[in-house]
Amino acid sequence: MKHKLFGIIRRAGLLVLVVWTVVSLVTILIELVPGDPAIAVLGEQATPEQLAQFRAKHGLDRPAFLFGFPRDENSQRHFRWYGLSNRYDDYWVAILHGDLGTSFRTDRPVVDLILERYPATIELAIVAMLIAVCIAIPLGVIAGKNRGTLIDNSLSVIALVGISLPGFVIGPLLVYLFAVKLQWLPGYGLEGWQSIILPAFTLGAALSAILTRMVRSSVIEELSEGYVRTARAKGLSERTVVYKHVLKNGLIPVVTVLGLQLGVLLAGAIITEKIFGWPGLGLLLVEDGIGKRDYSVVQGCVLTISTTYILANTLTDVVYRWLDPRIRVS
Amino acid sequence: MSRLSIIGIVIVVVFVLVAIFAPWIATHDVGTTNLAVRYIGPSAAHWFGTDSTGRDIFSRVVFGARISLEVGIIVVAVSALVGTLIGAVAGYYGSWVDRFLSGYVFNVFLAFPGLLLAIALVAFVNEQQMLGYLESRIDYLLEIILSKFLGLHTLSQYLVEIRLTELFGGGLFKILLALCIVGWVGYARVIRAQVLKVREYDFVQAARALGASNMRILFTHILPNAIQPLIVQASLGMAGAVLSEASLSFLGVGISPPTPSWGVMIEDARDLSTLQAAPHALIFPGLAIALTVLAFNFIGDGLREYLDPRQRRR
Repeated sequence: MKHKLFGIIRRAGLLVLVVWTVVSLVTILIELVPGDPAIAVLGEQATPEQLAQFRAKHGLDRPAFLFGFPRDENSQRHFRWYGLSNRYDDYWVAILHGDLGTSFRTDRPVVDLILERYPATIELAIVAMLIAVCIAIPLGVIAGKNRGTLIDNSLSVIALVGISLPGFVIGPLLVYLFAVKLQWLPGYGLEGWQSIILPAFTLGAALSAILTRMVRSSVIEELSEGYVRTARAKGLSERTVVYKHVLKNGLIPVVTVLGLQLGVLLAGAIITEKIFGWPGLGLLLVEDGIGKRDYSVVQGCVLTISTTYILANTLTDVVYRWLDPRIRVS
Repeated sequence: MSRLSIIGIVIVVVFVLVAIFAPWIATHDVGTTNLAVRYIGPSAAHWFGTDSTGRDIFSRVVFGARISLEVGIIVVAVSALVGTLIGAVAGYYGSWVDRFLSGYVFNVFLAFPGLLLAIALVAFVNEQQMLGYLESRIDYLLEIILSKFLGLHTLSQYLVEIRLTELFGGGLFKILLALCIVGWVGYARVIRAQVLKVREYDFVQAARALGASNMRILFTHILPNAIQPLIVQASLGMAGAVLSEASLSFLGVGISPPTPSWGVMIEDARDLSTLQAAPHALIFPGLAIALTVLAFNFIGDGLREYLDPRQRRR
C-alpha cells in the first residue's frame, strides 16, 4: 500500500514537472521568432509609435526572463538580472488565472479562441476513434482466428498499408472520391452532420490499422490459453468462445493503446483539420496562428494540445494499472 | 528474411537510385511552368502528367525523392548518434544521471506529440539567421585550420566558400533541426535499455577486472553488443522522417513551395479544381510517399522478426 502511494506521488510529481517544462519551453519559444514579432505582425510600414504601443500592449517591451544577456553600446553581451518583473513570470501568473494572453491580430483573449475550437477537435477525435474500433475489432478477430491463411496475410498487408498512408494522402483521395466524383458527402468545412464522416475516417484510418494488428496478436495469444480449451470442451460455439471469452481478455492491451492514441489523435488532427477545413484547434494553430504569425495563438494552441496529450497519457497509465493487477505488482 | 522485407529492400534501392541520379532520370525541368500544358493526364511526353501550372509531375516526383532521402538519412544519422551517446551514458552510469535523463529529460520529450513539437519549432526558428551564423563560424574555423595549422593560404581562399544556405536553405535546415530534436529520444531509450542489459554480462565484468577504463568498456565492449535494436529503430526512423518532412511541407511550414517536395506537391494538388481536372497530380506524389514509407516499415518489421526469433512464430 505504501509502495502504491509512493508510485502515485511520483507519477503526479513527474506530471507537474513535465507540464512546467512544456509551459516554459512554449514561453521561451517566442524568443526565437524571426526578427521582431511587432514588425512581423504590423508590417514594415508601421510607425515607431505603433510598434512601441503594440510591444507595450503585449508586454514585448519587458524582459523575457529573470535574467538575460543584452548587448551594450559596443555590442558586447553582459549578464543582467531583471528581477521578478518579467514576461515569463507574467505568463505563469496569467496561466494560473486561466488567461493565455490576447491574440496579436484580433485582440481577442486566446482562451476564448481555444474554447471555441476545442469541442470540434474532441468531437473529431472521438468519432475517429469509434470508427477505428468498429473497423479494427472484427478485422483483427478474423485475422487472428485464421492465422497464417491468405485472409490473415492480406489483412496484415492492408493494415501495414493503412499505417503507411498518411492522412494528407488518404484525405484528399477521399475528397476526390466522395465529394468530387460521387458527390455523396461534403468535402470541405462544416455542413451538417455528414461533414464529420470524411475527416473522422481520414484521422481514424491509421489508428484502425494499428488496432487491427494489436487485436490480431492479442487474439492469437489468448486462443492458446487453457481457458479457451475448457470453453471449447464445454461445447460452446466458436463465436461465443471468441467474442465472449477471448476478446474480453484480449482487449486489455488494446484499451491502453486507445488511451495513448487519443492523445495522438488530438495532435494528429492538425493535418486532418487542414485538409477538410474542420474548425478545430489544429486549424486555429496552422491558419490563424502560424499562417498569420499570431504568436500568442501559437503558444496557446501548443500548450493546450500538449497538455491534453500529457493528461490523456497519464490517465491511460493509471487506468491500465487499475485494470491489470499484474502490472501493479511488477 | 520475409518476402515483404525483400519487397521493401527493392523499393528502397529504387528510391535511392532515383534520388542519386535524379538529374539524369528527370525528363523535364522541375520549375518550368507552362499554362498551355496544364492538367494534362499521363502521356508519352509527360509520364505522370502535369500539374495546375503545367509542371511535369514525373520530374518533380523524381527530385522529391532527393529531399526525402536527404531528410531521412541526415535525421536518422544525427538523431541515432545523439540518442546513442545520451542513452549509453544514462544506461551505463545509472544513479542520478540516469534518473535525470530517463526520468525527466526523456519524459519531457515524449510528453510532446512529435509532430506538434516539430511544428512549433519550425514555426519559430529563424532559418536564415541560424544558417548565416553557422556559416560564419564554419568559415572562420576552416580558415584557421587551413591557413594557420596546415599553411595552405591559397587553398583556404577557395575552400572556405561553403555555402550552407545553398545546401540547406529553403526550409530544409529547420526541418532537419526540428526532426532531430524530436527524434533522438527514441534511440536513446532503446540504447539505454540495451546498455542496462549488456553491462551485467560476464565479459563486461571481465573487462572491468582487467582494469579497462569506463570509456573503453562502454565504447568497445558494451555498445557494439547493444546496437542491434538500433537498426530496427533506424529503419522505422527513416519512414518516420520521410513522413514528417512531407507532413510539415504539406502544412506549409516545411520546404518552401517551388522546391519539389512530395508534401508540397500534395498541398498544391488538393484544391477542388485541381482534384477535378487532374487527380493524378495528387496520386503520384501520394503513391511515392506511401511506397517509401511502406518499404521502410517492411524492412523494419522484417529486421525486428529476424533479430527477435520469438516473434517469428506469430
